[in-house]
Amino acid sequence: MIINHPLLGPRDSEEFVYLGSADLINRPTNWESEEAAEDFYQYLYIRENIAGDNRELWYHEQGDQSWLVVTRCTLTHEIKSVELAQDVSRAQGRSK
Amino acid sequence: MSKTKYSALKVLKEALTGHKGWEPAWRDAEPKADGYDVIIVGGGGHGLATAYYLAENHGITNVAVLEKGWIGGGNVGRNTTIIRSNYLLPGNEPFYEMSMQLWENLEQDLNYNAMVSQRGIMNLIHSDAQHDAFMRRGNAMLFADAGCEYLNKKEVKERYPFLDMDNARFPIQGALAQPRGGTVRHDAVAWGYARAASDLGVDIIQNCEVTGFNIENGKCLGVQTTKGDIKAGRVGVCVAGSSSRVMAKAGINLPIESHVLQAFVTEGLKPVLDNVITFGAGHFYCSQSDKGGLVFGGDIDAYNTYAQRGNLPIVEDVCSGGMAIMPMVGRVRLLRMWGGIMDMSMDGSPFIDKTDIQELFFNGGWCYGGFKATPASGYCYAHLLATDEPHEVATAYRLDRFRRGEMIDEKGVGAQPNLH
Repeated sequence: MIINHPLLGPRDSEEFVYLGSADLINRPTNWESEEAAEDFYQYLYIRENIAGDNRELWYHEQGDQSWLVVTRCTLTHEIKSVELAQDVSRAQGRSK
Repeated sequence: MSKTKYSALKVLKEALTGHKGWEPAWRDAEPKADGYDVIIVGGGGHGLATAYYLAENHGITNVAVLEKGWIGGGNVGRNTTIIRSNYLLPGNEPFYEMSMQLWENLEQDLNYNAMVSQRGIMNLIHSDAQHDAFMRRGNAMLFADAGCEYLNKKEVKERYPFLDMDNARFPIQGALAQPRGGTVRHDAVAWGYARAASDLGVDIIQNCEVTGFNIENGKCLGVQTTKGDIKAGRVGVCVAGSSSRVMAKAGINLPIESHVLQAFVTEGLKPVLDNVITFGAGHFYCSQSDKGGLVFGGDIDAYNTYAQRGNLPIVEDVCSGGMAIMPMVGRVRLLRMWGGIMDMSMDGSPFIDKTDIQELFFNGGWCYGGFKATPASGYCYAHLLATDEPHEVATAYRLDRFRRGEMIDEKGVGAQPNLH
């Protein structure tokens, strides 16, 4: 698989480490609330495990060490779009 | 229905009479209009084994096995055929040892030649720390009556002189062996269970994809399929590899990711490897099939996928692992490679459990260890479906164990499914 890095252009997926769903960006922030245990349980252990277009986190370990959000079809391995995770996160209103 | 007993005498008789007396091994059934006591979703090894043990152990014979494609076309036909019970943790080891004991009697129980070969399995040791870890594992195996044997460097070298004993990165210090481990003809496991279950009255329905569940007031009343709705007293899902996709139809998200594991076979060689050798440090394991091909594999591809094929980086990784420890494979040509989809659970261990929906049960999360578990998985799932109680060796395989903090983390890597 070739990942079209927004800054570095097309790179072999071998240079990357895969983490999992891009939902992992949304770590619960409500650790003091009543629902925190359940929210963290859902965040840490439960996966949607999509068959189709999946937004996922790839880390460019052997490159510029940036985190990317790659939209990739889990049925065909076709990569539809690549964004910097930083941009995705900030667009959702997070600080980084 | 096949009631033919297979035996050497039968083979001889048929050979002399033009092979006119063979019958289909199992009945290809269509769904019954008034439904079933139990519907098993998934006609793989585990599903067929479950149906067989429901009928054989619990007398529940009004059972259907629904298979989207053809039976045995999924992971039971895609694995590297290894059986072993060399686990460490109390939640796992007794279960896998029970599976091993069922393997030992499988052919007699099913009257089917599954080519169960207890040729032994050997895990190579390369460091003092690994040595200590394997000693601990060996003791856990002895506690569970699984048996094990420690081989020192000299003994390993005498048995397998082709191994690179003094590998610069991973010199071989010894090995932990389980002489009762080995290999089984994997397709025959599916066929054997199908035949035995069919003989007891189980309906095997192929080309019947489950497209939804009929759920009313929190109770599952049956399934929707490409062959119409089918009523059921109880539904047991057993579709490892596609678990998330099927359970999503019942509105359930699971602690599972799907990953692809690749397997490889070389051209046939003369007998050279009479054992299963695992090189865990280099992510490579290998055995030799009865046809002579070296059957080997390594790590999963480590990204979510439902495509039953992998990518080339892992091919290179696995082959370089093989070259590192068994340099003699260098001139051997690769014949075929393929991929199967694994239910990678969050702790590397499986599930055999009820769900929050009444009369809907779940079996999955087998990671890359499902084949060896086939008999015990079917045995314990049948026990749960028939009695509402988990079998005593499968009590830890609960879906809510992460919520309770009672993981069975055999590798100790935490909730990172692509590292198990």
